[in-house]
Amino acid sequence: MSDATEALAAFRAEISAWIIDNCPAALLGRPMDESAIVWGGRNWTFADDDQRLWLDRAISRGLTAPRWPVEYGGAGLSRAQEKIYREEMARIGAPPPLESFGLWMLGPALLEFGNPAQKAEHLPPITRGEIRWCQGYSEPGAGSDLANVQTRAEDMGDHWLVNGQKIWTSYADKADWIFALVRTDRDAPKHKGISFLLMDMDTPGITTRPIRLISGKSPFCETFFDNVKVPKKNLVGELNRGWDIAKYLLTHEREMIGGGASGLLGGRSIGQILAAQDGNVLADPILRAEAMQAEVDALAFNLTMGRYKDQAEAGRGVGNASAMLKYYGTELNKRRYELLMATAGSDGLEWDGAHGGLAPEWLRTKANSIEGGTSEVMLDIIAKRVLEMPGQ
Amino acid sequence: MKDLTQSLLDTEDEVMLRDAARGFLADASPVSALRANRDAGRAHDPALWAEMAQMGWTGVLIPEDAGGADMGHRAAGILAEEMGRVLAASPYLSTAVIAASVLRQAGPRGTGALQAIAAGEATYALALDEGPKFAPATTALKAERQGNAFRLSGVKAFVADGSTAGRVLLLARTSGMPGDTEGLTLFDIDADRAGLQRQALSTIDSRDHARLVFDGVTATGDDIIGDLDAGLAALRPGVQAGQAALAAELTGLAGGAAAITLGYLKERKQFDRTIGSFQALQHRAAHLWSEIEVTLSAIANAGRVLDATPDDAALAVSLAKARAAQTAKLAVSEAVQMHGGIGMTDAYDIGFFMKRARVGAEWLGDYGHHAAIIAAARGF
Repeated sequence: MSDATEALAAFRAEISAWIIDNCPAALLGRPMDESAIVWGGRNWTFADDDQRLWLDRAISRGLTAPRWPVEYGGAGLSRAQEKIYREEMARIGAPPPLESFGLWMLGPALLEFGNPAQKAEHLPPITRGEIRWCQGYSEPGAGSDLANVQTRAEDMGDHWLVNGQKIWTSYADKADWIFALVRTDRDAPKHKGISFLLMDMDTPGITTRPIRLISGKSPFCETFFDNVKVPKKNLVGELNRGWDIAKYLLTHEREMIGGGASGLLGGRSIGQILAAQDGNVLADPILRAEAMQAEVDALAFNLTMGRYKDQAEAGRGVGNASAMLKYYGTELNKRRYELLMATAGSDGLEWDGAHGGLAPEWLRTKANSIEGGTSEVMLDIIAKRVLEMPGQ
Repeated sequence: MKDLTQSLLDTEDEVMLRDAARGFLADASPVSALRANRDAGRAHDPALWAEMAQMGWTGVLIPEDAGGADMGHRAAGILAEEMGRVLAASPYLSTAVIAASVLRQAGPRGTGALQAIAAGEATYALALDEGPKFAPATTALKAERQGNAFRLSGVKAFVADGSTAGRVLLLARTSGMPGDTEGLTLFDIDADRAGLQRQALSTIDSRDHARLVFDGVTATGDDIIGDLDAGLAALRPGVQAGQAALAAELTGLAGGAAAITLGYLKERKQFDRTIGSFQALQHRAAHLWSEIEVTLSAIANAGRVLDATPDDAALAVSLAKARAAQTAKLAVSEAVQMHGGIGMTDAYDIGFFMKRARVGAEWLGDYGHHAAIIAAARGF
């Protein structure tokens, strides 16, 4: 074994022992439904003391943000170490101690584009679960055409004055801060007049209204900005260059959404799940054939996720090909939930039945191929950026 | 540095092999060579096979002490992929992949044969299918015992490289009934043996396929590979290697058809516009590219698994073949449709891709055959 391999093996042993010693036993192997997720924030209430204990211990070890620098509350792990950490967490069945848009999206953006003061102010509270962030991108007139954002931030000398409306803001009603795309130059071409702005949701003039979805749930909100005064220091990166940050984060988000959809439903095959629901249904030749096809595609897609991940780890970027992961993974997930519903039959039709959780999940998957860029936008990106097909 | 043989990415050696293969095949065997072969009534060009032997491709799966390059299944797949991209016709799959993988397991008996394959001197055909679908256990061709010898009688309906190969690997029934997985025995015999009649078939892909009629052909115990009545076990390494490499060829074919089509979309003008600027066509091209990307992972995976844990490769191999058959079908259908009328002409190359894809989809097990194996492995 090389020194590097030996060091990683030692790290695996150490981190595995740490997880086992520190993750409360009651949390191990618990199904990851919505109540099991710790989002954090000013108004967060833990479901139980175990969740709080696990978060505190993870914070003390920097493991809420494994790859972030230690000075900002991370653990400073290498990519290889982080992979091992996640593998050990999954193997042991320990839940993530904290999930948040701050960890997934704002943090990486600040690490790449933020100034030292912004990093020092915002990153540590994210790692400690003290501040919960939401993302203000889409607007009623800026969906797929995201660069058409109209929410304005005017330079008032000592502050920005923000007016406008965002939509599809995930958990805006529960978030403490928002990172948003705002228009700072109305005369420039649309991609070149956008800036990336951070706002405290407690600032006067910001209101939110949850949107009830077809699944009966309201994870998304409309967010209104009415003469909101924002400190000048809250602009990230260069003025009018916010689109660069947005693109960086969208690539990140696409990999995440595609990846989240790829897990073969917790490692079990679609066939095993369907058989568990009702052993007889797989005898239906058409359902069976569809399930087999979905399994073939899911297995090959999972291998592709691994290949792309390895490519990123080898220092060769995935770039615009991430649009494929998002497109393929989300379409696959929708197929899988159609199969689950078809197998459940009338048992899957009640909101609160034996399969009570299924219908809302099935309905929720319909958004997978819309949020973070529609499937059609992903195909546009592949055609134009990967295949270099001509413009209109 | 990460050990890339544990990943689905190409290693540095594999990148070099791929580049070298692509460069060589572009010169030595462009699609126009397939057309020339067809027009000359020739299934493949022996000169090309000789050049492949010189480059070590015939010995890709043969141990070094038998004169091979022993590059492994991932490398064999990369070569097959590049051959598929330009529809290069040769006895590569039958001989260098399938026969070599079988003979490698055959102890000292196989060594001489392996040396001959590596040197480019021996070619093989695998005589398996008796009906229109891949189903080795249904083999009925009889090998009747006569003293120390066997008398072979029956018909192999569809044998790739069957009319040109110098030797034949033959699966015959030594006991039991058609459908039994036991009672089958694998023979390695000279194709010129008395009583063996080879009828060349004129198949859509312009390659060598033949119907082999065995009318009292004599074989001896020395001709048996593996054990008597255990022919499927002796055959398995060859069939799996062949399925994986054929899947690679089909995926290369899909990539080749997609590349030609993309070039056409960027060039062809209608309504005063390049048709590749139409979103309807862009989305179809992007979807096809996505399917090929996903299938390429299954191809790389099958090669890696065959190299690392060959006894546990059934799922990986079937995944590769199932995906490749579907992806190649999509690629050639889209290719012809997006070319429009010219795609239907014999003068244009794209039709060759469609015809080879159809043959490759059937050979060594179609989509349904492999999907069923996957479903069984995944607990359906």
